[in-house]
Amino acid sequence: MITTQNTNKLTYSTITPKIGLTSALSKTPTEVIDVIIASQLKGRGGAGFPTGMKWKFAADSSGDIKYVICNADEGEPGTFKDRLILTDYADLVFEGMTIGAYAIGSTHGLLYLRGEYTYMRSHLEKVLADRRKNNLLGKDICGKKGFNFDIEIRMGSGAYVCGEETALIESLEGHRGEPRNRPPFPVDTGFFDQPSIVNNVETFAWATCICAKGADWFKSIGTDKSAGPKIFSISGDCEKPGVYEFPFGVSIAQLLKEVGGTNAKAVQVGGASGICVPASEFNRKIAFEDVPTGGSIIIFGQHRDMLQVAKNFMEFFVEESCGQCTPCRDGNAVILRGIEMLERGECTTKYLEELCALGETMQLASKCGLGQSSPNAFISIVKNFKNELMGRAPQCACHE
Amino acid sequence: MLVTEQDQLKKDIAEWMEKLGKGRDALLPILQQIQHKYNRVSNYAMQVVADALGIHPVEVYGVVSFYSFLDDRPKGKFIIRLCRTISCDMAEKDKVARQLENDLGIRFGETTSDGRFTLEWTNCLGMCDQGPALMINEKMYTRVTPAMVQDILEECRSTFGAHSLESRLEALS
Ligand SMILES: Cc1cc2nc3c(=O)[nH]c(=O)nc-3n(C[C@H](O)[C@H](O)[C@H](O)COP(=O)(O)O)c2cc1C
Ligand code: SF4
Ligand code: FES
Repeated sequence: MITTQNTNKLTYSTITPKIGLTSALSKTPTEVIDVIIASQLKGRGGAGFPTGMKWKFAADSSGDIKYVICNADEGEPGTFKDRLILTDYADLVFEGMTIGAYAIGSTHGLLYLRGEYTYMRSHLEKVLADRRKNNLLGKDICGKKGFNFDIEIRMGSGAYVCGEETALIESLEGHRGEPRNRPPFPVDTGFFDQPSIVNNVETFAWATCICAKGADWFKSIGTDKSAGPKIFSISGDCEKPGVYEFPFGVSIAQLLKEVGGTNAKAVQVGGASGICVPASEFNRKIAFEDVPTGGSIIIFGQHRDMLQVAKNFMEFFVEESCGQCTPCRDGNAVILRGIEMLERGECTTKYLEELCALGETMQLASKCGLGQSSPNAFISIVKNFKNELMGRAPQCACHE
Repeated sequence: MLVTEQDQLKKDIAEWMEKLGKGRDALLPILQQIQHKYNRVSNYAMQVVADALGIHPVEVYGVVSFYSFLDDRPKGKFIIRLCRTISCDMAEKDKVARQLENDLGIRFGETTSDGRFTLEWTNCLGMCDQGPALMINEKMYTRVTPAMVQDILEECRSTFGAHSLESRLEALS
């Protein structure tokens, strides 16, 4: 099995399963939602929507059946924290889903696990079976009459866009993973058009911790606008890549110190969809109000060619765009061609400006978060590393 | 395709539907089963599934063509997917790629003539702290070096006989 070599102490390791759930079940569903709202927990999948509000909307929405969906698609380049959480703390994730089910009145949970993580499925099935055995799933959970809930695992099949919550739902329904228009949102028109909450793996695990330790504990960590601890996936040019927990508000410089990456030239925060922060801005803070992230931190050493970095990201998006809307389908390809022109030393200053303007159009006009954020890395790399990108000597054919 | 294989496929699909359900949302799980056992979702398989679920085969094809882990064309018994995303790229995935091509005698996107190995690129596998990473069918390999390639391929070859479709069909007849 894959083990993460480097990590610091995670709060999850201090939480005993069942405590959070028992505490939640001693309250009314409305009270549970109030606790999550009071904790100021925001979604850990990237977008940062307040979790308590999401649950409240779904609780207030009427439907024949409601669904709790855990997004374990984890496809953002440089993200692997959910892998560790699912491997080591699956109980906390399933417990968070169960708490969510109680809060919104759901009987049915789904874990959408990316196809790449098929290897951990049997482990997760075993955790689920144990929870059923211990009456933490199934009928009358923990002796609470009438609270019935179970979780089923569904697999993805290799499509990054399926991490987008409406594409994920399409995929669960047996369709191509093409994002829907939003609104309506999944909280009222989700899986099979029923009210559904979709949350990240880490979000559910924090919900469990909050029920176990209280909203005040959670809120006391982090910043005013970004409460609580965050789990980071750190890779690239550093001595100790791995999965780390830090409070929101941690500076990039502090992160780099912890993992032995202080000599970095730039850091990509938020994966391929995120932004590239140059060394001069390493005092910036990781938080929803400054540099947001779903947890991906990729470190670039002094010797890295930032044009190659931008190219790698753009190739990713060209391939993973679902192709539904023009700004994203064509825009990513046009930017990639522009990067190849830069590589060959054939791009005019004017055209580079046009490419950035195109990127801004894509941010505004794309249908889903993929196309809205795919130009971020390119634009920030152009902004911060212009001299490195422009005026390259034409490459001779013998390099091909 | 052999008649026996078509019959077997039909039987399998019926069985899986019993287990996985007959609604539209069973489509992806059923296709994943087919892919897992037969290494592809053939036109014939798509037709059978479409009939069983009461949808048009084009709908099924639309789904198969969307997901990169579903294939309508035949591929090798072992599909090697090497991550080409940034962290693995920085961890010198190109060297591993070159060695795979050399030792298999094929390029990316191709299948060996004996039908054993297909070599493909893939995007981030979620192993970025341990790159270069690759996946062979469902198994992950991390911190792969060019020198490890030979052993990894040998490991596959040694399990080939036991799991091949041919040997399963032989056992059936
Ligand atoms: C292209 C794309 C990919 C995404 N991938 C993931 C993912 O792998 N995991 C995840 O939790 N959220 C992902 N999201 C965000 C989800 O749409 C959604 O906001 C999230 O699952 C909500 O959970 P949270 O509020 O707990 O963060 C992705 C969004 C987009 C646009
Ligand atoms: S933005 Fe891209 S991924 Fe999203 S719907 Fe449009 S084409 Fe598809
Ligand atoms: S970049 Fe290769 S596994 Fe993430």
